[in-house]
Amino acid sequence: MPTFAFDDDAVTVIIGSGAGGGTLAHELTRRGIKVVLLEAGKREAPETFSQSPNEAFGMLTWLDPRSQSGDWSVARDFPTLPVWHCKTVGGSTVHWTAASLRLHEWELKPATTFGRMAGSSYVDWPIPYKELLDYYRLAEKRMYVTRRNGIPGLPASNNFKVFYQGAKKLGYRKVHTNYMAINSRPQDERSICLQQGFCVQGCKVAAKWSTLYTEIPRAEATGKLDLRVGAQATRIEHGKDGRVTAVLYRDAEGREQRQKARLVCVAGNGIETPRLLLLSDSARFPDGLANASGNVGRHYTRHTMGFVWGVFDHPVHMYRGAVLAGLVEDETVHDARRGFAGGYHLELCALDLPSFPQVGMPYGWGRDFARTIESYANMAGMLIVGEDVPRADNRITLDPVRRDRWGLPIPHLHVDEHDNNLAMRHHAQERGNMLYEAAGAKQVLFGPPPPATHNMGSCRMSADRRDGVCNSHGQTHDIPNLFISDGSQFTSSGSANPTLTIVALALRQAEYIAKQMTARAI
Amino acid sequence: MEQPSPLPWLIDRRRFLQNVTGVITGVLVAGSPLALLAPSRSWAIELGSLSSDEGTTLMAMLRSLAPHDHLEDAAYAMVVKGIDRKAGQDQALRTMLKDGLSQLNADGPFAGQDEDRRVALLRRIEATPFFQSVRVDNLMMLYDTPQAAALCGYEGEVFSKGGYLYRGFNDLKWLPDPPLADAGPLDL
Ligand SMILES: Cc1cc2nc3c(=O)[nH]c(=O)nc-3n(C[C@H](O)[C@H](O)[C@H](O)COP(=O)(O)OP(=O)(O)OC[C@H]3O[C@@H](n4cnc5c(N)ncnc54)[C@H](O)[C@@H]3O)c2cc1C
Ligand code: SF4
Repeated sequence: MPTFAFDDDAVTVIIGSGAGGGTLAHELTRRGIKVVLLEAGKREAPETFSQSPNEAFGMLTWLDPRSQSGDWSVARDFPTLPVWHCKTVGGSTVHWTAASLRLHEWELKPATTFGRMAGSSYVDWPIPYKELLDYYRLAEKRMYVTRRNGIPGLPASNNFKVFYQGAKKLGYRKVHTNYMAINSRPQDERSICLQQGFCVQGCKVAAKWSTLYTEIPRAEATGKLDLRVGAQATRIEHGKDGRVTAVLYRDAEGREQRQKARLVCVAGNGIETPRLLLLSDSARFPDGLANASGNVGRHYTRHTMGFVWGVFDHPVHMYRGAVLAGLVEDETVHDARRGFAGGYHLELCALDLPSFPQVGMPYGWGRDFARTIESYANMAGMLIVGEDVPRADNRITLDPVRRDRWGLPIPHLHVDEHDNNLAMRHHAQERGNMLYEAAGAKQVLFGPPPPATHNMGSCRMSADRRDGVCNSHGQTHDIPNLFISDGSQFTSSGSANPTLTIVALALRQAEYIAKQMTARAI
Repeated sequence: MEQPSPLPWLIDRRRFLQNVTGVITGVLVAGSPLALLAPSRSWAIELGSLSSDEGTTLMAMLRSLAPHDHLEDAAYAMVVKGIDRKAGQDQALRTMLKDGLSQLNADGPFAGQDEDRRVALLRRIEATPFFQSVRVDNLMMLYDTPQAAALCGYEGEVFSKGGYLYRGFNDLKWLPDPPLADAGPLDL
């Protein structure tokens, strides 16, 4: 492992080792570019993953405090944990359940497709769909996504059998075991899925794609990666010309370090990325880096979510098997007759027992609640994942009062749900209800959205520099050697789980960076 | 394969309490999943923040929040122990718990009331941070006990046994199997 010098100003510093940062690190290093990868969390491995859900949560999750406001139900149900993502090498690809969906062409043009919508801040993506499609194909190969490139689908679990029966009875046509970055056969020197159902705790057999054991070791093998674990970036510095020059961070011992850089790429997930730009304010950039347009932290989206649980007379054991291996695609259309804009997916979902009462029905207590939990073994589950309308005031700011352990302002989230989200959730819950009733459910229950697992839009890309933070390559409009490399750069949420798109954009960004470096433009 | 302890707060004997402030005792029911692990059927939980009375009140509160008639006291007692441990490290929580529990006992011992009365008392304080804190801790700890897992039919981790691939992930027989085109082959 090379250790690049702190004053080596030829290195690229990437902040965060998850879907975006981990992929980018591999792509740059295999092109011979020197990378220092800063990761705030520790390094685990399949051998060290815990099989106790509560313990795994404590080991992997980003638990630094966040404050929040707004009328979304998460503020009521999860006041101290509005967001759910990882702090560990591999980022949230250690936690993720591996559903790998593409955005549709019309979802990249929401302003055009939906027309004027009061209380929204839509603009169209500045990227041609055809081009994104090429990178989707590359990403799907890289991640070994099922039902693509001739890779077989995952087999049907019990939970899927119930889902499928109901969906077909309702007349849905595109229903299958989802596009999953989980091995349905041994490949990439990784095991097949053992249907253990502990995807969220970290896959013990590495059947699920995670940068922790795919992209990062491959980047290390190039000899060009310097991964610094337990290293939390606290500030990005710039020079007189306004270009970024170095990253300040706290190392694993809490000491402040300064790493010089030719280029800085921020991939800290949708909350920490805008926070870091805001924390890096200076005399020249009083509102934070790359924030001349005032868009850093704004237009924050999460997907319109919610759970539907069906209770049956017979056992289902939903916790057995790959968690998200089931999908209905038919509602992913824009059809104004439904009373809302945009589309949604119904995805198979299960929660383990300690998590189910906390996340699946977080409001409950008393006799009815206890009875519901007792039917856990006879329960089937699904998750709604739909378009979330961006709003300028749904945003990440710095908390004016509260500080973290380094004395830095903690991030504050404000979210007011657009009526479109409420109408969509209602529609999706009704469909979920009908689906389980068609499969013979004796009771159907709704669970509110969980803490935000998909964080997007908070440093969005835009054709016009006044509308967003970066261009279609994630390069910030204001600072040519500062890049956004995670879901923060999404212009809108669409209805696809974000990770495949994050990886596709990272592949595209790496190509662009390499070319720009060769041309000495950056 | 090393098995993580499912119940760190019960089995962890490394941390001895400096001061024992209270004790709750009981007997494991026949067939309790803990009976296999425990050397004897009677159990005792030592408290380091709450008094015996407070512990008993808290236990009654937990049972009213999540009334499972077939769940033995020992499961709720583990949650009492878990909350007591948290309170040992958090002065504000300790004060909140003590105040909240004493209020529940204001009109006579809460634990001695019938369920309707206990529920009515809890409804009144549903919006308080005390209630919410206990409710959420109960969700987190109660359903992580082996007794709750057994009651709800949750088998937990089977990685050590090769996953559910050959242990019933697709054993549902009361509905037809989806066609192969929409699912995928089993890799044998
Ligand atoms: C339970 C769960 C299930 C999910 N399931 C799916 C799914 O099925 N499909 C899907 O598409 N998506 C899923 N997601 C979302 C998916 O995990 C994320 O979209 C994806 O990992 C985001 O990639 P990222 O690179 O933006 O951030 P992450 O993968 O979260 O990585 C960010 C990393 O940056 C580090 N970091 C942050 N700030 C700093 C700093 N200042 N200095 C140093 N390091 C820092 C963090 O510690 C973290 O490791 C799921 C998420 C969760 C939590
Ligand atoms: S279900 Fe499959 S992917 Fe998920 S943890 Fe188990 S083996 Fe890994």
